[in-house]
Amino acid sequence: MMAETFPFTIEQFYKFVSERKLMAAKCKKCGTMLLPPRPMCTKCFSSDLEWVELKNKGKLLTYTVIHVSSKQFESLIPYAVGIVKLEDGPKLPGMIQWVEPEKISVGMSLEVDFDTTIPSEWPTWPRYFFKPL
Amino acid sequence: MVGKRLATIVSAGLSKFGRREGLYGRELFAEAAKEAYERCPNLIPKKDIKALFVGHMGESYEHQGHTGPTLADWAGLLPVQATRVENACASSGVALGLGVSAVFSGMYDIVMVGGVEKMTHRTTSDVTEFLAMASDFPFEQWHGITFPGLYALMATAHMHRFGTTEEQMAMVAVKNHHNGALNPKAHMQKEVTLEKAMSSRVIAWPLKLYDCSLITDGASCLILTKPELAKKFTNTPVHIIGSGQASDAIGLYEREDITTLEAGKLAGQKAYKIAKIKPQDIDIAEVHDCFTIAEIIAYEDLGFCKPGKGGSLVEEGATEIGGKIPVNTSGGLKSKGHPVGATGVGQAYEIYLQLTGQAEKRQVEGAEIGLSHNVGGSGATASVHVYRRG
Repeated sequence: MMAETFPFTIEQFYKFVSERKLMAAKCKKCGTMLLPPRPMCTKCFSSDLEWVELKNKGKLLTYTVIHVSSKQFESLIPYAVGIVKLEDGPKLPGMIQWVEPEKISVGMSLEVDFDTTIPSEWPTWPRYFFKPL
Repeated sequence: MVGKRLATIVSAGLSKFGRREGLYGRELFAEAAKEAYERCPNLIPKKDIKALFVGHMGESYEHQGHTGPTLADWAGLLPVQATRVENACASSGVALGLGVSAVFSGMYDIVMVGGVEKMTHRTTSDVTEFLAMASDFPFEQWHGITFPGLYALMATAHMHRFGTTEEQMAMVAVKNHHNGALNPKAHMQKEVTLEKAMSSRVIAWPLKLYDCSLITDGASCLILTKPELAKKFTNTPVHIIGSGQASDAIGLYEREDITTLEAGKLAGQKAYKIAKIKPQDIDIAEVHDCFTIAEIIAYEDLGFCKPGKGGSLVEEGATEIGGKIPVNTSGGLKSKGHPVGATGVGQAYEIYLQLTGQAEKRQVEGAEIGLSHNVGGSGATASVHVYRRG
């Protein structure tokens, strides 16, 4: 099955994550990268889209270390999250793992890795995360 | 010459903000409505008020949705047209905008706008989860990013780009607690020192406990009329002369620049344009200080200073009572408290008191033009209003 035939949905984005792939939708008409993917290009309104695999490297734009969380994440406290500008252009937020929070700095190079564990209840999405190169 | 009057505030009410044990949101709203009715003896609520627009963010807190008619009932307004507005923390700023539109369009002569939230009976982790619903679920909440976390991401970026300091952020807290200590309706009526603010526990680095607004119970309301009717109800009207609202991507990560809230800037520009005024014409402002960094960014977005200079502006004392442009004389969300659905109209209540000379110990003498700035989520909604003393 060609990647182009998969629906341009968030559900499909996470299906790709379960295959350890970071994918974005790209508008074939105007070239806009859509991450999150969307069924229609919000720049030129075209639905002529394709899935493209992104390189898993980027730079940290900003970060924080969370000390108070919702119940779901309490066991991980304190944990770092940040926004990464990927080499291919789009930005992505997520956890920064495998590094001491004190060693994190704006501008550092990070790569995307995957935890492909799938929860039993909705949302049945695996998770990507960032780690130092 | 300033812009025309869009609608006129003839009365206002605010419940005591704080930990209101044993009360439901609707009972707090009745408290706010009662104050507004008592300030306005010539008004016959059931006969005169033709519509209610109320901000309410979360069903989860009280397991209660469908808040429009419920609040209309408790305010004694049935069977009036009642609409609940949900735009996260900007819910009642948006409700106010709808009320202004309803009056300005000629659809109704008199409407009530307001908001409510009852939060303190829930645990901090529950409230953290409910508030996070105003952010993007699949990419932010799903990866453990909390609400303070989003503003912390902005703070880190602002510090990195402009050299804004943790001390400057703490100064916002010190100022707003000073003002809140002068406000009998504020949640926390006590001063805080810079040392105490700086040494408080970390919530989402670089934001500490005193950088965060309060989890608060409260309700707010205003009665709006078309300008020509105002004199029938009050000798101290406050006219709304500017109203602007704008939207942005729900995900912070999707935005071009996270050291500013683009929607806040656009809403402000729109409100200024309608009001035919400039930022330097503003005598007093209530801005959305859900976190101290948000107040610093608001100064910049609203044109009170240049981009990147918000930290210096608070450090110079320009935004204190007695300064060049006093901001958050009520104590702001930081000290007056942040019952999210009630906040936008709660800000308008403070401007109403200030422009009618009723702000007691925190009165800014001679204030004529005021502004309120209410933000939803991490900035996907912003609502700005400009007011003129009648």
